[in-house]
Amino acid sequence: MNDIVDLSLIDWSRGQFALTALYHWLFVPLTLGITFILAIMETIYYKTGDPEWKKITRFWMKVFGINFAIGVATGIILEFQFGTNWSYYSWFVGDIFGAPLAIEGIMAFFMESTFIAVMFFGWDKVSKRFHLVSTWLTAIGANLSALWILVANAWMQNPVGMRFNPDTARNEMINFWNVFLSPMAINKFLHTISSGFVVAGIFIIGVSAWFLLKKREVPFAKKSILVAAIFGFLSSLFLVTTGDGSARLVALKQPMKLAAMEGLYQGKNGVGLVAFGIFSPTKTDPANEKLNDFLFKIEIPNALSYMIHTDVKAFVPGVKDLIHGNEKEGILSAADKISRGKMAIETLRNYKSAISEGRKEEALQMRQKFISKDFQDNYFQYFGYGFIKNSNELIPGIPLVFYSFHIMVILGSWFLIFFILSIYFIVNDEITKQRLFLKIAIITIPLVYLAQMAGWTVAEVGRQPWVVQDLLPTVAAVTNINAGSVMVTFWLFALIFTLLLIAEVKIMTTQIKIGPKDGGH
Amino acid sequence: MFEQLSHLTLQHYWWAIISLLAALLVFLLFVQGGQSLIYEMSKTKTERTMIINSLGRKWEFTFTTLVTFGGAFFASFPLFYSTSFGGAYWAWMALLFCFILQAVSYEFRSKPKNFLGKKTFDVFLFANGVLGPVLIGVVVGTFFNGAEFSVSNMNASQWQNSAKGLEAVLNINNVALGLAVFFLARILALLYFMNAIENDILFARSKKNLLYNTVPFLVFFLFFVIKLILKDGYAYNPETLVVSMEPFKYLHNLIQMPIVLILFLVGVLAVLWGIISSLIKDNTQGIWWTGGGTISVVFALLLIAGYNNTCYYPSNFDLQSSLNIVNSSSSKYTLATMGYVSLAVPFVVAYIWYAWKEINKKKITESEMTEGSEGHIY
Ligand code: HDD
Ligand code: HEM
Ligand code: HEM
Repeated sequence: MNDIVDLSLIDWSRGQFALTALYHWLFVPLTLGITFILAIMETIYYKTGDPEWKKITRFWMKVFGINFAIGVATGIILEFQFGTNWSYYSWFVGDIFGAPLAIEGIMAFFMESTFIAVMFFGWDKVSKRFHLVSTWLTAIGANLSALWILVANAWMQNPVGMRFNPDTARNEMINFWNVFLSPMAINKFLHTISSGFVVAGIFIIGVSAWFLLKKREVPFAKKSILVAAIFGFLSSLFLVTTGDGSARLVALKQPMKLAAMEGLYQGKNGVGLVAFGIFSPTKTDPANEKLNDFLFKIEIPNALSYMIHTDVKAFVPGVKDLIHGNEKEGILSAADKISRGKMAIETLRNYKSAISEGRKEEALQMRQKFISKDFQDNYFQYFGYGFIKNSNELIPGIPLVFYSFHIMVILGSWFLIFFILSIYFIVNDEITKQRLFLKIAIITIPLVYLAQMAGWTVAEVGRQPWVVQDLLPTVAAVTNINAGSVMVTFWLFALIFTLLLIAEVKIMTTQIKIGPKDGGH
Repeated sequence: MFEQLSHLTLQHYWWAIISLLAALLVFLLFVQGGQSLIYEMSKTKTERTMIINSLGRKWEFTFTTLVTFGGAFFASFPLFYSTSFGGAYWAWMALLFCFILQAVSYEFRSKPKNFLGKKTFDVFLFANGVLGPVLIGVVVGTFFNGAEFSVSNMNASQWQNSAKGLEAVLNINNVALGLAVFFLARILALLYFMNAIENDILFARSKKNLLYNTVPFLVFFLFFVIKLILKDGYAYNPETLVVSMEPFKYLHNLIQMPIVLILFLVGVLAVLWGIISSLIKDNTQGIWWTGGGTISVVFALLLIAGYNNTCYYPSNFDLQSSLNIVNSSSSKYTLATMGYVSLAVPFVVAYIWYAWKEINKKKITESEMTEGSEGHIY
């Protein structure tokens, strides 16, 4: 727990985490989805014995291999970065957070990497059936890795199943199932993997559209589109449903994030849903530089209240309610939470010094007080607020969260329509004539990556300043080293990942241009 | 069933698992050892392709073991994770960077228009092959030789040396271990080539190199082990957790835990037998002897680092901040819960073994690397 931390250290550390996470996330979603599509394609080959399907499977497998390698390269750094850059965090939550990470290694990564080897090298070495099983296991392994890390991430957004132990000064797990099966974790997992499935669907349709525009590999492209479109359509239905679920949970567990997503400053009964809006540079409130006016916004009346509470009249708190408090709705003010948090930290410190100075009797009393239900519910719950100096720190960057959220939702709706159109054209055998649609399909590829980035920005920027909601702010979590060192590693990562990204994109486009005919080497 | 075990037993159980993962990791570093040899071992392009492909089918295992080792350490001894990774920042970053480079190099090296060029990717592999084992050895050396950090009464740790981990390479004992691991990795790689590639020239070349690498390995390894046995160790009192120096601590550990001593000695013999039998009998199975022996030796070394009331991560700055398996571990509940997960390990090892066997059924040959093959060639 750091008392004085150089602010630029926090910024560089956050920047480094965001940079490496975003790079990792450029590659992960395609892996999550394409492995299942490969398994489906290979199953068709297995059932029909048609060599065309083998060719199709092998082409997309090659594409997958290129993506996978760089996904792994960017993943290793994320894991160790918790230790290198968020040292106190690693202790504060290690008892809970470490477990999913370890399970991920033991259960998921090994499964993925073992069967990937069979998938790549085993075509002429193992039986057709074992090969097919391996392809399915690779897909399952990839998605299991997502499961565990998302359980960990969901726990940070909504810490459950644990108790703070004043002797070790950390949170300790008391119920694994509450951590593993928290609604936040389940929803996050489903939303995230289905977003990966959508990426894979759009990627395959977009690339196949390019072949059709070039009038190359027509049967190959059509078959690929058929599988990808059906898979993508089902996934995007699921994506939109789980997205709705995510928003509800956010409203419940992270009201400040929801207020930022919707640009809701003043809470009321019967709040409308903002379909879209643009901020102006002017401030609504001179006392608060974080709240900007809207230039315009399109609102569906009462819809937000309804979506969250299935009641058009329900109250939804805004930023101001959360900062200044709202007695009628039973919301504490930020100032109140901060003083309760300070009290919790103070009590912990006193307890610790009583122990080191050998005041046994006093220590015992303080410990009793600390673990009493009253103290836990009314003070410890706000532990993290004790580190906050100014209540405005509690407001995340609203425009970024707001725009990201709306971009994601608008694009999500477009993807659903896109898959319906793809299925329609392919089933009626007119896809080759729809040249405009084929061009749009190519443009949709970058859009789906944009939606991905937007999604994580909502989730992660929206929860600032918390690393662990209400318990640990970024300031207290960071490793205390000099900002210069982190700055150097930040630029090293930026350089190396960018070089590798360029290489990846060049290799990928070259392999696509070579096409499925030649194996690609 | 794990709930019935005491917290102390679980701490010992998890230290054993961590030690086992580390032991497997050192064995699997043969991939890195092989990468450090690609230039010495290959005169022609096909030779290089054969070597790189024989390694390329295995690199993921090493990598994943490293990742799992990190995750398991985090989960079971989080105070180590927050102390060492945050403190020895530069040492770990250097290690991570060289693994990032490795992860893409196999897949990208021979693809057309790969931007950086095949040579660059081969240099990346070489860099990972040298730095990986040396750095891992140096870092593990600090388990015996200590590092400079303090831990507050809130369990917040702070590194006390401004070199942020790089100071570890100034300690000759750490460096000796790093170099021993490096030469061992090369030995394992040569034995692996003799096993996995069917090519007379490469076989003969491997054999010749084997001798050249065994001599420095023995020198550095013996240096490290002798210093270790003679050295004072960091013992703690199991009741009060107070840390004090104990002369010949590691020697005592070996004597007081005879099973560990046996593991160590049998391991050393197996390592040597693998090498000797390959040299004199043209044995292709040496990798299994030396590999098994490596696992046994490293396992034993890590057990004497953490068992028998020894601090596995000593602090030279503040003796009482030293980490041991009791003061740095996760809660009893977490260790017990994860105990169930550890039951998956034998199953994981079994399917890895099976998949490895299936793929290695056919050895790598020159013809497989060229035209007409169905495979995925790097
Ligand atoms: C398991 C936990 C976890 C997971 C799965 C992710 N993150 Fe995260 N993220 C964190 C845990 C975290 C963190 C360690 O808690 C950070 C560091 C500082 C902070 O406030 O939260 C963080 C910060 C952070 C920030 C900086 C936010 C800010 O400073 O305002 C961004 C943009 C992202 N993350 C983006 C991502 C992306 C794109 C991810 C997808 C791979 C991702 N995160 C996964
Ligand atoms: C900060 C959080 C994360 C950490 C610490 C992390 C860690 C890692 C590591 C170490 C690897 C390489 C594993 C190997 O050896 O094969 C990896 C790969 C992977 N990760 Fe992550 N990861 C994170 C976020 C995520 C998220 C959010 C997902 C999915 C929702 C995900 C899914 C995957 C997948 C599918 C792979 C396989 C390789 C690929 O990218 O294609 N990861 N990750
Ligand atoms: C109508 C459509 C959608 C809705 C209502 C929706 C809703 C949400 C919400 C509320 C969150 C934040 C969850 C949190 O902070 O815990 C979120 C996160 C996310 N979204 Fe969406 N989303 C939609 C479409 C999409 C699309 C199209 C993609 C990408 C292709 C996507 C990818 C993500 C990702 C990767 C995250 C971060 C992971 C997570 O927190 O679950 N979403 N989404």
